Amino acid sequence: MKLRLTTLALAAALAAGPALANELVFPSLSYRTGPYAANGIPFADGYADYFTLLNERDGGIGGVRVRVPECETAYNTEKGVECYEATKGEGALVYQPLSTGITYQLIPKASVDGIPIHSMGYGRTSAQNGKIFEWVFNYPANYWDGASIAINYLLSENGGSLEGKKIALLYHNSAYGKEPIRTLQELSAKQGFEFIEIPVDHPGQEQKSQWLQIRQQRPDYVLMWGWGVMNQVAIQEAANIRFPMENFIGIWWSGSENDTVPAGAGADGYKALNLHNIGTDYPLYADLKTYVYDAGKAAGAGDQAGTVLYNRGLYAAMLAAEAAKKAQELSGTAEINAAMMRDGMEALEITEATMTALGMPNFGPTFSVSCANHGGSGRAKVQQWDAETQSWTILTDWIESDRSVIDPLVEADSAAYAAEAGVTPRCG
Amino acid sequence: MLYREAGDFKTSYVADSQTFPIRFDRWGYYAVLAVAFGVVPFWIDDYWANAVFVPFLIYAIAAIGLNILTGYCGQVSLGTGGFMAVGAYSVYKLMTAFPDVSIVIHVLLAGLITAGVGVLFGLPSLRIKGFYLAVATLAAQFFLVWLFNRVPWFYNYSASGQISAPERTVLGVAVTGPNADPWAIYMICLVFVVALAWLARNLTRGALGRQWRAIRDMDIAAEIIGVNPLRAKLSAFAVSSFFVGVAGALFFAVYLGAVEVGEAFGINKSFLVLFMVIIGGLGSIFGSFAGAAFLVLLPVFLKNVLVGGLGWPTDLAAQIELMIVGGLIVTFLIAEPHGLAQLWRVAKEKLRLWPFPH
Repeated sequence: MKLRLTTLALAAALAAGPALANELVFPSLSYRTGPYAANGIPFADGYADYFTLLNERDGGIGGVRVRVPECETAYNTEKGVECYEATKGEGALVYQPLSTGITYQLIPKASVDGIPIHSMGYGRTSAQNGKIFEWVFNYPANYWDGASIAINYLLSENGGSLEGKKIALLYHNSAYGKEPIRTLQELSAKQGFEFIEIPVDHPGQEQKSQWLQIRQQRPDYVLMWGWGVMNQVAIQEAANIRFPMENFIGIWWSGSENDTVPAGAGADGYKALNLHNIGTDYPLYADLKTYVYDAGKAAGAGDQAGTVLYNRGLYAAMLAAEAAKKAQELSGTAEINAAMMRDGMEALEITEATMTALGMPNFGPTFSVSCANHGGSGRAKVQQWDAETQSWTILTDWIESDRSVIDPLVEADSAAYAAEAGVTPRCG
Repeated sequence: MLYREAGDFKTSYVADSQTFPIRFDRWGYYAVLAVAFGVVPFWIDDYWANAVFVPFLIYAIAAIGLNILTGYCGQVSLGTGGFMAVGAYSVYKLMTAFPDVSIVIHVLLAGLITAGVGVLFGLPSLRIKGFYLAVATLAAQFFLVWLFNRVPWFYNYSASGQISAPERTVLGVAVTGPNADPWAIYMICLVFVVALAWLARNLTRGALGRQWRAIRDMDIAAEIIGVNPLRAKLSAFAVSSFFVGVAGALFFAVYLGAVEVGEAFGINKSFLVLFMVIIGGLGSIFGSFAGAAFLVLLPVFLKNVLVGGLGWPTDLAAQIELMIVGGLIVTFLIAEPHGLAQLWRVAKEKLRLWPFPH
């Protein structure tokens, strides 16, 4: 009898658990181990630190504290699934897996479970079509925007014409790296440049043959879709064959300090796209210092502040927190659930005023999300590495992508998904 | 006392040659089946299905397949990942090309296609042995992964090269795709595991299994007593690849739902399955299950204890987890080179004598 009472009490406690939980849960599927750890750590730290700041400074979002349960995926899809299943029951509001492979994995699952996914600048590009992908968001920009922005930048460098130029794409041979190919093929037809595809297999530590190919074919420009150790090796190899670094442009996932520092002086002049601004020169960092770093509450080793990917983690967390505020405003309750969060994300609007109010003036592009457009404004900047001072400099203002090329591709790819998965388009 | 042959009289040859001649074993086996079919499906949830049971069952099939080739026939293979990829891509092509045919038939056909590919890559085994054969199968691993990455036909020309499983049903219940219930995906895997384990057990103790073991123990002697090495080796490759192909098909269609070949079926997968077979015990069906359980469940268990229970940081826990699993593997192999199955055999021997050992 005594045992049964205990069991009953335990069962009641377990059943009552989630309902009593007065918190907002933002799971962080991070990777601090494995071949991509160097890039996974700063992002995860930034993501966690921003929410710690909200908890410490504002007491959470709208008065409800935030919890960020972390789960290690090692960039592995099987572990990603395990992490998703382990955390989704805790009232997860949004998933940001920072892996295109895991995102593809989660898109159907999360859509059925009714939990939004925000794949910020990665994942499935055609998810920007909110008519088909109700639960998936990839604002503020996606891979196809990235490809087009890189080409637009090169156009501006070459006086508006790439006729007769040769552009190579050095890519991670996975879903992630293959994403921009279709766009670049279209752009090559439109702008008249020759397009060469050069795949690099996971994890990308061995690239001698690829760079030999680059040496033989002599492309004018090399674009890179790399991640993890592949970036460092590519930049080192480019330096070894004396490829002119200013003609080597990485996507925003190939443009952090981890990628350029190992190549030393050879990396000088390497360029990359970026979704947001760089450095620590923001009022937000003063708050982070007061409430998080000095209080000893920084995530991880606490040594990543100010790096490109740490800022990206902050940015991702900021967008999630703003969407949560919007959701609280729309639903009239502070304790939102995943469905309300989705509505908040769909109504999200980031203006210059919002960013200034958050202590991040001019940090990212201004954009707004709508039912049909889950992809934001699709703009990015170009930054360049200075090996002397070991820092990035922003070269350009926000560059727009060529929507006339991307929109039909998005339409076609999302329609294919809709047919495959049996989705009826929304938004009228 | 409980575990003994005494008093369990066999009155027919069939009864005498059954898989579990000891009553206690037999009842244990029936009890496991009863729990697996009668209890688990009723309380299983998403987490238990996707993180524990389904990967365990699927890896068990792959481990049995590799055990037939390596444990029973003595042909070392490092191509398991590649053969699983063949199963996965076959089932994907079949599912999308013939949506009206049952997924069960597709999975079996995917196994048969893999068997064909396995025989093809098994041909060199007639001339080369041991480490050299391992290198030849390694070539299969790299070639197959490269092929599925390279030829867009295999992934239906999708932009990203990913394949994703559409929803398919068995008897009106969805078993693939996001709407599949946890009990449904568990049951489909369980049915395949039970059927294939039964098949493997009976193949390995029949005429074919004896030929395999003769080849394994000494191929020249086997040839002299009349075993045809061509037939024995290629049949081992075919049967083994069939199992691995079915495992690959289920891995993609039922478990993950979307895969990219380099990440899901890389060389790591080949090693993982090989380790399962070695740790579980070469030449043992039970060992395949034990090895799969060890390498699938232990990391999940450790993660839950270290992160969930003790509240360690995730990166520290992940590193410690690798060390613990690695350390346990080394310890096991030093303490018992014949794997977990041998430990189990020793335990059973002791149980027979208990409580009066001489």
